[in-house]
Amino acid sequence: MNPQTATAEPEHAVDPDARPALHYLNNGTTVKSWLLTVDHKRIALMYLVSVLLAFLLGGIFAMVIRLELLTPGPTIIEALTYNRMFTLHGMVMIFLFMIPAIPAVFGNFFLPIMLGAKDVAFPRWNLASFYVYLVGASFALWGMIHGGVDTGWTFYTPYSTSTTDAIVPVLFGVFVIGFSSILTGLNFIVTTHTLRAPGITWMKMPLFVWAIYATSIIQVLATPVIGLVSLLVAAEHAFGFGIFDPARGGDPILFQHLFWFYSHPAVYIMVLPAMGVISEVICAFSRKNIFGYKMIALSSIGIALVGFFAWGHHLFTSGESAFDAGAFSVISMLVGVFTAIKVFNWVGTLYKGAISFTAPFAYICGFLFFLVFGGMTGVALATVSLDVHWQDTYFVVAHFHFIMVGATIMAFLAGLHYWFPKMFGKRYPEGWALVAAALIVIGFNATFIPQFLLGNAGMPRRYYEYPERFQALNVASTAGASLLAFGFILIAIYLLLSLRYGKPAGANPWGSKGYEWDTTSSPPDTHNFHGQPVYTRGPHEYNELPDDLKEVDHAS
Amino acid sequence: MNELLRRMLFLPEQASTFARDVDNLHYFVIITTMVMSAAVGFTALAFFWRFRRKEKNQATPVVNPTVGLEIAFVAIPLAFFLLWFTIGFKDFSRYTNPPPNAMDVYVMGKQWMWKFAYPDGPNAIGVLHVPANRPVRLLITSRDVLHSFFVPAFRLKMDAVPGRYNQAWFTATKPGRYQVFCAEYCGTQHSKMWAEVIVLAPETFDEWIKEQRRGIASRQDVLADTDLVSVQGNLEEQGKRVAMTQGCFKCHTVNGDTHIAPTWLDLYQRKTKLQDGSSLIADEAYLTESMMDPRAKIVAGYQPVMPSYQGKISGPETAALVAFIKSLHSDHLSSGPTPGPLSYPSQGTVYEPADSNR
Repeated sequence: MNPQTATAEPEHAVDPDARPALHYLNNGTTVKSWLLTVDHKRIALMYLVSVLLAFLLGGIFAMVIRLELLTPGPTIIEALTYNRMFTLHGMVMIFLFMIPAIPAVFGNFFLPIMLGAKDVAFPRWNLASFYVYLVGASFALWGMIHGGVDTGWTFYTPYSTSTTDAIVPVLFGVFVIGFSSILTGLNFIVTTHTLRAPGITWMKMPLFVWAIYATSIIQVLATPVIGLVSLLVAAEHAFGFGIFDPARGGDPILFQHLFWFYSHPAVYIMVLPAMGVISEVICAFSRKNIFGYKMIALSSIGIALVGFFAWGHHLFTSGESAFDAGAFSVISMLVGVFTAIKVFNWVGTLYKGAISFTAPFAYICGFLFFLVFGGMTGVALATVSLDVHWQDTYFVVAHFHFIMVGATIMAFLAGLHYWFPKMFGKRYPEGWALVAAALIVIGFNATFIPQFLLGNAGMPRRYYEYPERFQALNVASTAGASLLAFGFILIAIYLLLSLRYGKPAGANPWGSKGYEWDTTSSPPDTHNFHGQPVYTRGPHEYNELPDDLKEVDHAS
Repeated sequence: MNELLRRMLFLPEQASTFARDVDNLHYFVIITTMVMSAAVGFTALAFFWRFRRKEKNQATPVVNPTVGLEIAFVAIPLAFFLLWFTIGFKDFSRYTNPPPNAMDVYVMGKQWMWKFAYPDGPNAIGVLHVPANRPVRLLITSRDVLHSFFVPAFRLKMDAVPGRYNQAWFTATKPGRYQVFCAEYCGTQHSKMWAEVIVLAPETFDEWIKEQRRGIASRQDVLADTDLVSVQGNLEEQGKRVAMTQGCFKCHTVNGDTHIAPTWLDLYQRKTKLQDGSSLIADEAYLTESMMDPRAKIVAGYQPVMPSYQGKISGPETAALVAFIKSLHSDHLSSGPTPGPLSYPSQGTVYEPADSNR
């Protein structure tokens, strides 16, 4: 890359400040123009609305769970309702929110723009994947709410094959949602290979694209396995085949292997895109080229590949042989090494930067904190002898919430705030955003640090009632969850108000040199660019800045 | 130091030989984690301050890591992780290999209780008595869905999987009562599937189990007492002895009661309904097949938990067992008092061997 040509303008540069008269949001205002759109940005927004609704639903379930656990005995609901609640919470948060959240929203919106493309490679598939998602989600929700499924999101056999029949539509829903995930992943892989604009070589791709690319590989390769498992469980249920139920000659451990062969890599479907978002945001707000581009890019691929061979660490106490346990333990730790590489490089990026402490940056701090402790407790859990005590306790619950909620939601919020001006052409109120960020980071810690201690003390997960000695920590956790909920409500309020009353953002309010900022207007044109953009520099090069670089004035 | 850290981390008391090892590694892991995270965190904080944005339009130099730094980024975490692994794996290998002199206890989870059985009796529900300072091996299974046997104070956990036995072992160090949880979700009452381990001083335990077995000898489980059986008995008596030594009575009753497996009383020539809907007459061939390949035909309403005895019992022993089962007919049951020491009418009908006065 040549520092002499640090400015990369499309052939027809747009006026950086003006909100374009015609853009993707108002280019067609009928309901049909939204529902049948093939514009990746509009599809991204439809996904955004859907996943936020799912998040709201999952959050309400979570609050019901936390309220129930305020006292050792029954508090507000019955045991069966409680068991259905944590099943709903897990299912909705994982399959309806977390898996599509970053790839289907920010990936859809920004992957083509970051590659200088007009759209994804298969725009109609893209729309189809959204509707497939809706169909699957409807089946799953209908099955769970109408029929009542209390198996937990893990569907462990033989409990899931010998109890409620309502599991069949739920599993069918999971099967269908899987296709949405596969379609999206395949679309992104093809887009990344074929639609890069002139000048964007593999080693000049934004790191967000690398992360989404790695995620897509997992989606395409792993998702068929969960589809297969769902079908097998449903078939066992419906036709009485002996596959997983030992009463019919099946093997329940086989189910666990197949289930985690998808569901462990699925964790990286949730967290790799988050890492990609952070790589973008940290460059923009420390105004600095990424430290160790190659290592961050390749460690994403490393996590994607190694993640496929780590599933056995979920089975340490299921009677797995010591040799297998040892092998899975070491492989799982490699994921920790790849993650550590990223953390070190992100911190290195700050060195000699020009840091602006805005809301997205506050979420980066939260992200790093949660990723480090979530990751380190993950390595601790992978240490076989320690896992014997922690397996299936609240320690595990706290660990995966640190990774999934901590890391992924922080990144989602960082991305939402960072890209909000680009997506909607409006600014959000920086002061309120910082208050909400503080609430969320503090509330999150208050919710889950007590859960680590509960796990240490030996409280198993999925417990409706618990011995009295665990109450103090449970109350602390519920109090933290309320703070967390309050933070999310605050964000919902000011972002919705900003959509209407926010100040115009201008093309590049952050002064970011990410490809998506300095080549398009805010909000972008339907076709993203007015001509074929040509890139002469890598993303986030801040060694030479043009004099007219704009920056948002904080706390607007 | 141990006590302070244990309390800070809310860990339960350390009541087994593993507990101390696990906790020591736990402390090591948590302390290194804290130190490393603090180092990263304070570096980041220092950077926040030192490199805060000073002017709106500030350019920054291009900085990339050196090869040495990149190697350090990989090597430092990897070294720590592998060190943890080495210690953890060494301990784990010890947990998975019970010593040969361990005392066996069978543990069975069912919705929603734990059942315990010693090979020579007694059986118990919800309370497991073990001696302190002696290794105990648990052979854990389930008769319905997955469960997990979890004793926090022992740092011990093992899944109960229907259709197979998992083993776990421990040596309790302190007499006392310790809570058992079910750690694998198993249905509505999952959070109430508790039990208790009572650790007794070794001498007290010996007393206790002797007392328990004396109690059994006066009840129906008299069959388990080999002293009452003549070694040179007829084929049926030999079969009874084989059944005792092979532990058949852990699951099969001879008095008509339903237990883990179908009762042997009146089994021979009985019309038996199988799980797949078909039915058969229990003849010699069926009985033999069920010993050698128990999963070939599963009786309706039962879990396929029986292990195969192929290679474990010889041909004559098998024949003796079949003869014994054939001898078990309810019209051989006596209702009133019977001669000998076997006459304790505990549960309505009592099995009285037809040939007991031979």
